[in-house]
Amino acid sequence: MSTDNKPALRTPLHPNHVAAGARLVDFAGWDMPVNYGSQIEEHHAVRRDAGMFDVSHMLSVDLDGADATRFLRGLLANDVAKLHEPGKALYSCMLNERGGVIDDLIVYRFSDAEYRLVVNAGTADGDVAWMRKRIASTSANVTLQPRRDLAMIAVQGPNAIEKAARAIPELNTSRGLPGVFQAARVGDLLVAHTGYTGEDGLEIAIPASRVGAVWDALLAAGVKPCGLGARDTLRLEAGMNLYGQDMDENTSPLDAGLAWTIDQKDAERDFVGKAALAAHADKRKLLGLILEGKGVLRAHMKVVSAHGDGETTSGSFSPTLERSIAFARLPAQAVPGEAVEVDIRGKLVAARTVKLPFVRNGKALV
Amino acid sequence: MANTPADLKYTSSHEWIRVESDGTLTIGVTDHAQEALGDVVFLELPEPGRRVAAGEAIAVIESVKAASDIYAPVTGEVIAANQAVVDAPESVNADAYANWLFRIRPESADLGKVIDAAAYEALVANA
Repeated sequence: MSTDNKPALRTPLHPNHVAAGARLVDFAGWDMPVNYGSQIEEHHAVRRDAGMFDVSHMLSVDLDGADATRFLRGLLANDVAKLHEPGKALYSCMLNERGGVIDDLIVYRFSDAEYRLVVNAGTADGDVAWMRKRIASTSANVTLQPRRDLAMIAVQGPNAIEKAARAIPELNTSRGLPGVFQAARVGDLLVAHTGYTGEDGLEIAIPASRVGAVWDALLAAGVKPCGLGARDTLRLEAGMNLYGQDMDENTSPLDAGLAWTIDQKDAERDFVGKAALAAHADKRKLLGLILEGKGVLRAHMKVVSAHGDGETTSGSFSPTLERSIAFARLPAQAVPGEAVEVDIRGKLVAARTVKLPFVRNGKALV
Repeated sequence: MANTPADLKYTSSHEWIRVESDGTLTIGVTDHAQEALGDVVFLELPEPGRRVAAGEAIAVIESVKAASDIYAPVTGEVIAANQAVVDAPESVNADAYANWLFRIRPESADLGKVIDAAAYEALVANA
């Protein structure tokens, strides 16, 4: 159900999803699998074994040129200058002048003149336009290349790397498996040791012409196809923000639990949004909630706390904890371990604040 | 492909209704509804003894994805709620017709706006 009249975009893996019995839904204009049967089984597959997600709707953007480092240090709230080893990855927000989040992204550094950014699907066009405008306004010697010729598969879970190595010969070469939060170019692949689930795993950029064969090889190695439904409950348990839900152009990263991604160590460095962050008052805190009463927490429910009201930004049922969990934006005085109440369709239901994440590497932390 | 038994009645809001020999109604959600909802994780059912009006939201079904209301198809009195499905919400996904949600004694034998299996299938096909 697209909200406009544009035809739904399809990733190169669309035929593989149909063959696997996917239930397809619209996501940011893309026809994407929400599940292939049971979302909860897919969730458990990632926590306990190995699952794979088509994330080809996300966009890889190559940024090359003599000014690439300088340009990115001014563009992003996190500082690419701390990336030393080639292939090292960094999570960052890209802010507007008001200190709101245009997008959150991963940037990989290959050299001072070669970077790749991976941005969200729904924001990709706006991100590219924003970066082109910044390149022009800063007269940076940088070329920007969106890579719609690349597809991407995330293989996640405790057995993900072992199973992926059986399916993808390049992973068995000497440089084939990069260190954690690092990427390696291997043949025509970019293999990144990153993820969005709280489990070990890889995110692999693959030429669109080859991705179907890689998917089938992973399937044959026992990796379970998983949809966006499981991706959402996995990232929620892992305490990871979802752009558009937990933060957007009108949200400060300081109110979205992302202060750790803002690097102010180099006082000389200016970046878009820096002044707005410094002026930001009335700070909020992002904490986890565990529902103690009956029901299921969802986004945008009112939270009543001893320090004043707050709001859930994401919520669902946690398949690992077998109870409902949420992220809540609360007054800054709130701390983990407090009793709160959540307005679930007019009824106040008991919940408790906890530190994020809820789950990491298959284990409940709360 | 969702299953739509011919011996049941349906509503456009995706409830199924079985008319029992004593005239009471057993009500659940359709196979199409459970498929669309995805994994069911929570149910809130009406208390027996509650008087309900046709079209009134009287129960909630929540999947991992979303919450949906379940409506009383007729005016009457709730005479039973199925505690077994409250304890095991996933049973609705396993078999939406064996796992009924509540029973109503209708005020009138005229069931009003309910539709038959063929009409329900047509409605779902055009959705």
